[in-house]
Amino acid sequence: MLQRVLPETADARSLAEQLASTLRRRPPEQNVALLLDRYPPAQLMTALLNAADVPARTVSVLGLEDGIRRERLARYTQFWDGEHWVLLDPISGLLPPDADRLLWQTDAPSVLEVTGGQGSTVTFAMIRQVRSALETAVANDSLNFSLYSLPVAEQGMFKLIMLLPIGALVVVFMRLVVGLKTSGTFMPILLALSFLQTELAPGVISLLLVVILGLLLRTYLSALNLLLVARIATLVILVIGIISVVSILSYRLGLIGGLTISFFPMIILAWTIERMAILWEEEGPREVLVQGSGSLLVAILAYGLMQWSLMKHLAFNFPELHLCVLAMVLLLGRYKGYRLSELVRFAPFYNVPELDDLDRP
Amino acid sequence: MNVPRWISPWALSRRGILGMNERNCGYILRYNQREKFPLVDNKLKTKLITRQAGLEAPKLLHVISNQTEIERIGDTLAEQDSFVIKPAQGSGGKGILVVTGRANDRFLKSSGAELKLIDIKRHLSNTLSGLHSLGGKPDVAIIETLIVGNPALAEHSYEGVPDIRLIVFQGYPVMGMLRLATRASDGKANLHQGAIGVGLNIDNGAGIAAVQYNRPVDHHPDTGTAITAIQVPQWMDLLTLASRCYEVTGLGYLGCDIVLDRERGPLLLELNARPGLSIQLANNAGLLPRLRLIESRPGFFQSVDERIAFARQHFGVVTASTSHA
Repeated sequence: MLQRVLPETADARSLAEQLASTLRRRPPEQNVALLLDRYPPAQLMTALLNAADVPARTVSVLGLEDGIRRERLARYTQFWDGEHWVLLDPISGLLPPDADRLLWQTDAPSVLEVTGGQGSTVTFAMIRQVRSALETAVANDSLNFSLYSLPVAEQGMFKLIMLLPIGALVVVFMRLVVGLKTSGTFMPILLALSFLQTELAPGVISLLLVVILGLLLRTYLSALNLLLVARIATLVILVIGIISVVSILSYRLGLIGGLTISFFPMIILAWTIERMAILWEEEGPREVLVQGSGSLLVAILAYGLMQWSLMKHLAFNFPELHLCVLAMVLLLGRYKGYRLSELVRFAPFYNVPELDDLDRP
Repeated sequence: MNVPRWISPWALSRRGILGMNERNCGYILRYNQREKFPLVDNKLKTKLITRQAGLEAPKLLHVISNQTEIERIGDTLAEQDSFVIKPAQGSGGKGILVVTGRANDRFLKSSGAELKLIDIKRHLSNTLSGLHSLGGKPDVAIIETLIVGNPALAEHSYEGVPDIRLIVFQGYPVMGMLRLATRASDGKANLHQGAIGVGLNIDNGAGIAAVQYNRPVDHHPDTGTAITAIQVPQWMDLLTLASRCYEVTGLGYLGCDIVLDRERGPLLLELNARPGLSIQLANNAGLLPRLRLIESRPGFFQSVDERIAFARQHFGVVTASTSHA
């Protein structure tokens, strides 16, 4: 292999790139396939570079991404190009210098050594956090009661959980003050949470796709006369099926958005499809459209607020602000005025005479 | 009549219109105790307490509560030519199956469609599994006698039996509406589906105004009846029946749905602890002044007759033209 690649390369860098492209060629050359069968790619790459007199070593690297849990270390090759140590993914090739990778350890044999136990694994949880000076100062206080005192994996959870009250406030406002109809009281919040993971446009498109396909399949289910519990269970399985098919198809077509579809709460989706189907049968497609678009609109609004970086910052760093949200929800709960939708619905009352002052409520 | 696209909240308030939030907050939560809701949300319970109190209602034939009873339904119904199947916890008229007659082994619906025994069984099975109940809870099905509508009213309706909704506040009937099925509503007296709602004069049961799809109409679109020519017969019996529901249920803010049977007169169909607001549109009047008037009355006990006399005196409309003067 080296004899063929070496004459085409000028320095360590181009040699590494050539080797990586040889390794990822499909179908692999016979020699490469044989070697890859015996050695993991990173180890093979290191050995090849060493054989060509390039200083190289196998390292463990962590890919950095906010809010990721159960991430594992990846094995990369690192080589000396004469001036710097350069990181090389044995499959995809050289990494740009600003890639979000953390070099975890070089060459050491293992991350975790266990004596007398088995089945142990090491996984990593990551969270991007902005620490205020005050927070850092009190970090070691034994009475520290902030969310920062939690383990990082829990903090990642709370970053999402702390956004839920914002979504709840949006739902309460849209239902009580605007008078929008939504299907399921808090389904829009869960949708908004999913949109946070999928980004808005791919999220909305794949959601519509799943619901429409689900409704089509549901029309067949109603011909089977299933009992309710069985029907919902069937829908859950079908929804998972649809999501898998859509994911695979969109990946094959090169649309990466499909991959994130699995963030949708599937049980909720199944219930939504069931409720929409019943609504369709009883009230007609118009009502389905009204409630469906109502839910979607509320979800998008909630998403807009929840992905606003200032809102994220305030919600996580100053959890006490949620008392204000609570107060607003309580106030809205006592709101007795007209809903905006009623101003349209009750428009025909324009022709009703006004009451005399004495009767006026 | 010229209808603007929207109306300001102050204009609504000046006309005494009750909104959804105020209804929920100021009336339902305040006057209807939570533990009494099941009395009206479950038609079987309603049936039992109203029968005990001697209120007239369609006769309860059977209660179907498990699968074995469904299997035997053919024998159970052998004596019945006509009947109505209702989910005990249905809402908004969902899951109601009306059988008006039989032809050989087939059951006939009011629309003329034929059903086989297996269709009846499937409907019952769906009902028990909670298809028609609020939140999909498991339910029981009740089977009642079919109501034969009073012809004086039924002639105004396109198919179906018209029903009368009365809002009863602390025992006072405050507002009434007659629901007439139309071709658009498929013979169902459901306002959402296009039935027309006719506002009724509390004093004498005459038609005042009407709406279809929340917009005013003068005539029934299919039968051509002029709204002001409608007169509900046996009006006093109807008011009495509705007013008595207050003592029976203890619910302060109540919607009573009543039908007029050809032979038995007013029958209580069902009760509703969260009656809708469209009745205001049908009456072309707001509920608030009437509710406030009753709230301002001293709270001592008033008999049914006294309450009805008060309601007729204060909530009756002389005629549509003089009310504008």
